[in-house]
Amino acid sequence: MNNFNHFYDTVEKREVISVIVKNEDSVLSRISNLFSARGYNIDSLTVAPVPDSEYSRFTIVTIGSARTIDQIVKQLNKLVPVLKVIEHKNAIEKDTVLIKIPIDQNLSDVDVLARAYNGAIQNVTDDAIVISATDDPKRIANFIKVIQKFNPLEIVRSGVVAIAR
Amino acid sequence: MKMTGSKMVIESLRKEGVEVVFGYPGGAIMNVYDEIYKQNHFQHILTKHEQGAVHAADGYARATGKVGVAIVTSGPGFTNAVTGLATAYMDSIPMVVISGQVPTAIIGTDGFQEIDAVGISRPCTKHNYLVDKIEDLPKVLKEAFYLASSGRPGPVHVDIPKDVTAELGDFDYDKDIDLPTYKPTTKGNNRQVKKAIEAICSSEKPLLYVGGGATLSNCSDEIREFAKLTGIPAVETLMARGVMGDDNELFFGMLGMHGEYAANMAMHDTDCIISLGARFDDRVTGRLDEFGKNAKIIHVDIDPASIGKIVTPHFPIVGDLKIVMNSLLDSAKETKFNDYSSWVSKIRENRQKEPLRYIEEEDKALKPQWVVERTGEILGPDAIITTDVGQHQMWAAQFYPFSFPRQWVTSGGLGTMGYGLPAAMGVKRGAPDKVSINFTGDGSIMMNVQEIMTCTQYNLPVVNIILNNNYLGMVRQWQTLFYENRLSETNLEIQPNFQQLCESMGGVGYKVTTKEEFDTALKDAVASNKTAFIEVMVDRMEHVLPMVPNGHALNEMHLLEGDK
Repeated sequence: MNNFNHFYDTVEKREVISVIVKNEDSVLSRISNLFSARGYNIDSLTVAPVPDSEYSRFTIVTIGSARTIDQIVKQLNKLVPVLKVIEHKNAIEKDTVLIKIPIDQNLSDVDVLARAYNGAIQNVTDDAIVISATDDPKRIANFIKVIQKFNPLEIVRSGVVAIAR
Repeated sequence: MKMTGSKMVIESLRKEGVEVVFGYPGGAIMNVYDEIYKQNHFQHILTKHEQGAVHAADGYARATGKVGVAIVTSGPGFTNAVTGLATAYMDSIPMVVISGQVPTAIIGTDGFQEIDAVGISRPCTKHNYLVDKIEDLPKVLKEAFYLASSGRPGPVHVDIPKDVTAELGDFDYDKDIDLPTYKPTTKGNNRQVKKAIEAICSSEKPLLYVGGGATLSNCSDEIREFAKLTGIPAVETLMARGVMGDDNELFFGMLGMHGEYAANMAMHDTDCIISLGARFDDRVTGRLDEFGKNAKIIHVDIDPASIGKIVTPHFPIVGDLKIVMNSLLDSAKETKFNDYSSWVSKIRENRQKEPLRYIEEEDKALKPQWVVERTGEILGPDAIITTDVGQHQMWAAQFYPFSFPRQWVTSGGLGTMGYGLPAAMGVKRGAPDKVSINFTGDGSIMMNVQEIMTCTQYNLPVVNIILNNNYLGMVRQWQTLFYENRLSETNLEIQPNFQQLCESMGGVGYKVTTKEEFDTALKDAVASNKTAFIEVMVDRMEHVLPMVPNGHALNEMHLLEGDK
């Protein structure tokens, strides 16, 4: 036994991180480069400006050991345009999905299912309908699994956004 | 005041107190060069290759502690500079590199000599900028110097399109820097400092592990004082050579892959590692799960990301090492420490048992270690030692008697062959009163050999001591030890005439095979005040020892066999 066993702790966990950055050219590539250069995972990454400010907010979902997560937070903080990095311990997370389903499917079942996941039919054409749902990422994953039986033509996920409770 | 972008570049360099710029002109940077022609605030040194310019700026920065500056053009000018940026980045050297870029209207169209320079430099700089608006230029230049030299230092790259250097804009350089997102912690947390002192007090065998940060934050005096006050022994990393001073009685050499037996054993046996500006590099720690097995770790670093990256310390202290050392000293003065003299004697015994050594044989080729040692005897503190990368670099680190910080200039992190000659030229420019020695190998010297011309043109004499073993020696050593002696592409039997090569560019050349010839050549070369090649034919098969093979623990060293 020695002092260093915990360095080899390889239990990986999912972590949601918010990063507040100065809105400037190439800040997205600074962040994505950091992840690829140091071999960190990105499960999902979303970014949009923070209203009425010169900052943007990234929400990054990553998977790694405690040591990796610690490094991710520190390396992000080290980037010059990064103002703040928040490791979420207790956050509300939302993910949105848009799904296109052929018109010949059982639409009333689709509608019921969508509503069960806080969703609704958004658009109807001669060939297909588009449904959307916004919910916890795990529930959205489940929704996508269930919807498979209606032969979806296309599925688009937004990526996770999160805010502390 | 209205002025062009290129004038702004000159003005900002002037305001930053820059006395020398290394560079190479070209299409996209011509506006700036036109202004360089018109000014007389700083010297411009035209190198023969952009890589040479950036290494020279780096050597200048390491010797002086000031920010080194290099200017290059777009496209190939910039890509040639990248190795220099990466070298400085890995060793945290303060530097500003300005490159020209194609005009903003051309960017993105694959224009002539266009390359996404900031895209390339992003992972090998502390920060970088593409300045696409003249309004931003003064602010960017000022930030570049500030970022390069503050916090954990590093190179900053500023890419300026040609139309921006031609455009007129307002130049106000006196506005304060406003960077709310960049606030490095410089003062160590006092509670942590107290806890660290307590941890030292409760230890029997503490050890100062001194790294390159000690050179960068100019706190050699403080660390020497701390060692003296507490009686704690010290070892250095490659990057810290010179910080303790080799004749310090509490100093026990360099540790790591080619570190001294006593230093590595001390690190293996210590119960309290006091890491001062070091980063637990793999070349230092050896196998990690055996490293500092029974030790409490105090880790002082300016960069929070260095702490916990390789090992998790018990007592992390984020701050500028000089400020933290002063807090540690204040605290230490009020503290009674254990008597560490038996621990120190143990290390000293180890050093006597297994000193750094080599075996000389009568009538055989010179030993490279002797050449380094002898240079040290002749020049000692009068020289600043630069190296290339390979066996000669390790022998220089092991056998030169260093006595002051910044006496040692080497590419530690990136390990860049071809660094030595241009860096030694920058050293000479920064420290003209010292002899600039470049220990190099017959492989490394050829990588930037063109810079002899720059040395002679600008009268920046560098004495290059080429330890010639007709091999890429370090790779050859690994091939012998780990690849059953299959010497794949490491035999350099076909070589230039080094004397003529140097002389053809205005230097002096010597080829030596005996001790007497070496003494004469070195004294002649130094006295001539010219750039020199001293080609020393050394034992071809000599190995750098001791050696901790990759993946082994620090106490599992290969030692020199044979008579002591």
